[in-house]
Amino acid sequence: MASLPPIDVPKGATGAGAFDAPAAGERDAAYFDYLLRLGDDALVLGQRLGEWCGHGPVLEVDISLANLALDLVGQATLLLNEAGDGDRLAFHRDVLDFRNCLLVEQPNGDFAQTIARHLLYTTWQHILLQRLTQSSDRFLREFAHKAVKEVAYHRDLASEWTIRLGDGTEESARRMAGGLEWCWRFVPELFEVDETMQAAIDAGFAPDPRELEEEYRSAISAVLSEAELQPPPDQRPILGGRRGHHSEHLGHLLAVMQFLPRTYPDATW
Amino acid sequence: MGPRSRGRARGEAPREEGGVSSDWPLWEVFVRAKGGLSHRHVGSVHAPDAELALRHARDTYTRRLEGVSLWVVPSAKIVASDPDEVGELFEPAESKIYRHPTFYDIPDEVKHI
Repeated sequence: MASLPPIDVPKGATGAGAFDAPAAGERDAAYFDYLLRLGDDALVLGQRLGEWCGHGPVLEVDISLANLALDLVGQATLLLNEAGDGDRLAFHRDVLDFRNCLLVEQPNGDFAQTIARHLLYTTWQHILLQRLTQSSDRFLREFAHKAVKEVAYHRDLASEWTIRLGDGTEESARRMAGGLEWCWRFVPELFEVDETMQAAIDAGFAPDPRELEEEYRSAISAVLSEAELQPPPDQRPILGGRRGHHSEHLGHLLAVMQFLPRTYPDATW
Repeated sequence: MGPRSRGRARGEAPREEGGVSSDWPLWEVFVRAKGGLSHRHVGSVHAPDAELALRHARDTYTRRLEGVSLWVVPSAKIVASDPDEVGELFEPAESKIYRHPTFYDIPDEVKHI
């Protein structure tokens, strides 16, 4: 059996993303971690939506979900390339080093659960990006200006589907309620302020997520009320994704996503 | 749409004539490539209602910057000419070559004729 080609480490590479590796280059640690949080959210959610490709309930929805996935992978590329070598960060990091929130790694479930996850995440992401267009950091400002339009569409589409499924048939309403119930316990993590987030807020490039919560809660309530759905009862919040404490689902997702570049590190096509 | 749905302003799904279909109705999609041009028919999508038909059309037909404006029209609302009447409708024009403006030189700058 032919041996695999050696891994080519670019000159000046920091090894960012390897377990216990120092933050990339001279970047401030909080900034690096903030980029990873947003970048990993987009990457993991994009990969999740990509799993629908070829399995959508109808052709039009299949294309629609793949479009959303591509938007997110594009956002991840920008964010991770700003943090370091985007490809290495995406494909050569282990599960403990991922900084995405737990919500985005949750399995697709049925179409309603995918829509519930997308509504709950992209509503938060859209409110955040609107604030980030005012960030003190030039990259984050420019990134937010580009991404905010994409995410506005994601939020709108997820809201429209939530309304149709919630206020649709008995079965679609039951499935939509089930999807929301599954995802609900991962919402508090979106507003958590840990040490890294506090440093990011103090440095001025990130908004305090707690300031987004009121707008978020009322936006979600408005969609659920139009969908004739009750918000699920609050459950014990599950936290830890931002520190690398992930659910078992993420490892399986990464195994599929990382298999090829890890097995053939220099593969091109 | 099932038993829970009530009449709503989002745009009624067109009823298929001659029976009930479990498939979503079909919508014809028209894209305006840029300001000043007409909308052109590009294809069709299935969707449960008008609002989602627009979104499906956006995702299917404008993902490579093809357009600045979209129309969707319920396919069932299109009135088509009868193929059996093709002779009486179209053949009389065949012998009237003088109706073609072929004796003019079109300037190079005029692109969309």
